[in-house]
Amino acid sequence: MAEIIIRNVAKTYGKTTIMDGVNLTIRNGEFVVILGPSGCGKSTLLRLIAGLEDITDGEIEIGGQIVNQLEPRERGCAMVFQNYALYPHMTVAENIGYALKVAGVAKAERLARIEATAKAVGLADFLDRKPGQLSGGQRQRVAMARAIIREPKVFLFDEPLSNLDAKLRVQMRHEIRRIHNAVGATSVFVTHDQHEGMTLADRLVIMNKGTIEQIGTPEDIYEHPASLYVAGFVGSPAMNILPGSLDATGLSVLLADGQGLDIPSSFKARAGQLVQIGLRPEKLSILPKGHGQLSATFQFFEELGSARIYHLLIEDIPLGVVSEHKLSLTEGETVGIGFPTSALHVFDGPSGRSLDRPGVAERVAELV
Amino acid sequence: MRRAYFKFSWIAAALLAPQLLIIFVFFYWPSMQALYWAFTLEQPWGGGNTWVGFDNFTKVLSDPYYWGSVRVSVIYALATTVLAMTMALTLAIFVDRQLAGYRVWRVGIIWPYAVAAPAVGLAFQFVFNPGAGIFSYINTIAPGWWDLSKYPWQAVTAIVIAGAWKQVAYSFIFFLAALQSIPRSLTEAAAMDGARPLRRMVDLQLPLLTPTFFFLLVINITDSFTDSFGIVDTLTGGGPFRATDLMVYKIYTDGFRGFDYSGAAAQSIILMLLVMALTFVQFRYVERRVHYT
Repeated sequence: MAEIIIRNVAKTYGKTTIMDGVNLTIRNGEFVVILGPSGCGKSTLLRLIAGLEDITDGEIEIGGQIVNQLEPRERGCAMVFQNYALYPHMTVAENIGYALKVAGVAKAERLARIEATAKAVGLADFLDRKPGQLSGGQRQRVAMARAIIREPKVFLFDEPLSNLDAKLRVQMRHEIRRIHNAVGATSVFVTHDQHEGMTLADRLVIMNKGTIEQIGTPEDIYEHPASLYVAGFVGSPAMNILPGSLDATGLSVLLADGQGLDIPSSFKARAGQLVQIGLRPEKLSILPKGHGQLSATFQFFEELGSARIYHLLIEDIPLGVVSEHKLSLTEGETVGIGFPTSALHVFDGPSGRSLDRPGVAERVAELV
Repeated sequence: MRRAYFKFSWIAAALLAPQLLIIFVFFYWPSMQALYWAFTLEQPWGGGNTWVGFDNFTKVLSDPYYWGSVRVSVIYALATTVLAMTMALTLAIFVDRQLAGYRVWRVGIIWPYAVAAPAVGLAFQFVFNPGAGIFSYINTIAPGWWDLSKYPWQAVTAIVIAGAWKQVAYSFIFFLAALQSIPRSLTEAAAMDGARPLRRMVDLQLPLLTPTFFFLLVINITDSFTDSFGIVDTLTGGGPFRATDLMVYKIYTDGFRGFDYSGAAAQSIILMLLVMALTFVQFRYVERRVHYT
């Protein structure tokens, strides 16, 4: 049981800065997912917490203790690696029990705990196998068991599901969440998969180029992305982005093809400011020509079974609409696009920051 | 398993020919010749060979000097192999842990492999010289204590050290490659599991090195039986009192100094059979304990 506090952490390799000024507080027992594209520094952050890399600057605290100078073994964290990192020459039982053996736990107790842990993850029948004789999902379970058996204060997951096929990935996702709920340890989970992030997390941390873009609940991040980057990264299909500029009143956005779009005065936008309008495809609906706030040209649709993704154009800017309605439209047909005002996101053009809520920096400051 | 079958083609034969020719000229032909000599006796002033059956072998095997040679060869092979592999593994672990200056060490440690055996022997002749260098200092403290040409155990120690020094490089390259092929995440997982560096080495690195270890054991033992001539010839000349008269060296002295071609040929055949038997034993009994991933 431990709270993790990351204060102003920076990491550089030689002259390359991987991460700078990262602040994050992970509450006791919380499941936090760090989400970002490859190379954004998310794995590095996890390895800094684990103690596998040295911190260049700043402070990491686990359970009230500054761990900067502590070895990995002294930090009370267990880690599940992307490639599982199972010891190939040891049996499943030996793999699971290795930490206990190193810690000098008596053999009888060790065997009992190995058995109990193996049972908990459904490996009881495979204890004598070597990792090479297991399937991907079973290896994943061994890696989990190896982490669980130590009863750690903190679980660290480094993209543990990325080597599994889609079906198994969903199954293991549920299992991880179930184990987290049962064990109650603080969990930090790194992934580039937004579905994993959205479904697993109590809170999501979105990272980009070594800094934190936004911290919030999955719902919060989906509904109120703090930047264009977050808006584009979370949600599938991706949010529609329409560039434009505010007119003299500051209440209407002039889009590329000359149509105007009224925005409420609650946005912190100035007259003449360059902006990007964000609209989630699933919040839009296709209306007859002349209705709704926008007009667009229909191109084609993709069938999903439960819904369709309609692909439209506003001049040459693509616009996607997800709708359950089976509409019969012809290519090149002009239609109206309608949406509730609450679905409207406005971002500053050059910086990409959201104009409807405080910026990321202020949000992070609040949390620390 | 699918196999590829190739039709006979003259181009393939032409491309294979140079290599086959080299093997034939430098291995099969001399081996055949040795086999022929081993079972015959050449007349003193030429004029044909007489078939003598196993006479040459019984003569060699009833010679106490030959058994002395076998004994010292086995000691030399085991000692150089153990010493060279221990040294190589230690150095490889240091280099793998990337201690300060490991790039320089890596190149430096590989170099001895490129030195010819007689040159190694010559270099160590200077090192072990009782009248110059380190050992002359020891001899001023304890006069007459160190003399290769006088004390058999010192002569054996000297060829073992020289032989091991030459073999370290080869084993080092393989050990280092094997260590570096162990995924970093394994070491990290063990570190997370609480194992300190020494523990990780014993529980993780060494077991994963066993295939390399086994390979090097076979190579090193074979090498020290067959490739020790240069060092012995330059460093001790087989002495003192035949103390360093290794099997390979004895074949040379009996054959080319004593002009006993038939006896030397019989010895070559015995050495070849011995090396084959050793390799077989190693594959049969040692390889069982090897873990291949």
